Amino acid sequence: MVTLHHYLLLSAILFSLGVIGVMFRRNLIVILMSLELMLNAVNLTFIAFSRYLGSIEGQVFALFIMVVAAAEVAVGLAIAVAIYRQSGTIDVNEIDLMKW
Amino acid sequence: MEAVIFYVLATVTVVSALCVVMLRRPIHNILFMIMTMIGLAALYILLHAEFVAMVQIVVYAGAVMVLFLFVIMLLNLEQMPFVDDPRAARWYGGIALAVAFIVLLLPAIKAYTTKTGAPCPLPLGSDGALSNTQVIARELFTTYLLPFEIASVLLLAAIIGAVIIARRKP
Repeated sequence: MVTLHHYLLLSAILFSLGVIGVMFRRNLIVILMSLELMLNAVNLTFIAFSRYLGSIEGQVFALFIMVVAAAEVAVGLAIAVAIYRQSGTIDVNEIDLMKW
Repeated sequence: MEAVIFYVLATVTVVSALCVVMLRRPIHNILFMIMTMIGLAALYILLHAEFVAMVQIVVYAGAVMVLFLFVIMLLNLEQMPFVDDPRAARWYGGIALAVAFIVLLLPAIKAYTTKTGAPCPLPLGSDGALSNTQVIARELFTTYLLPFEIASVLLLAAIIGAVIIARRKP
């Protein structure tokens, strides 16, 4: 029988993979994608709790998380486009104008 | 039977997520991300959240990932030289820390026990009288109406912001 723990562990694994992607990749597009992976892992947690605790609020909140994630991806990609136009690279180690 | 389906879907999702994080070319990352989104949507259907699953496919796999593809094609990122990701030692250290993190998280996960471990029989019209969409709609338009409206304002702000930021300077 699939219990809540299975879904929570799967969500933890996906979240850790997202964090690894954000920390270890230098391509800005891949970092944004790993961010989306983290948000999806949290969505899975919400929906699993919604099912196992019998409340619909988890799914409603998952919908709002999707809204926020879509908005964030749009703005993040616009920033990536602007950075590429300005400095010709999307390697995050090269974008260090604000480093002291 | 449900366990078999869950393990198959979970394996597909985790392997796709690994490919998203590890592969070198951005196009491959995007394609495996689409696979991850569809795997997650299938898991949502397994959890009886059909509306959220369909929204996931339409919004994430259908719009967000296509937006990523547009940006990669627009900026012609495939022609860029590969950036070197960190040395192998850092990858191994990072993966070891991630495994340690999950292992430390296990007691917290185990603490979330429902009384029997089985999914709660849905009081949400579980006799099939109400579909998942109807239950979500009933909550979304009565109790959560204010966040719903704020979400539309947020989307408007995001659209305007994205257009302004990505505009070509005249």
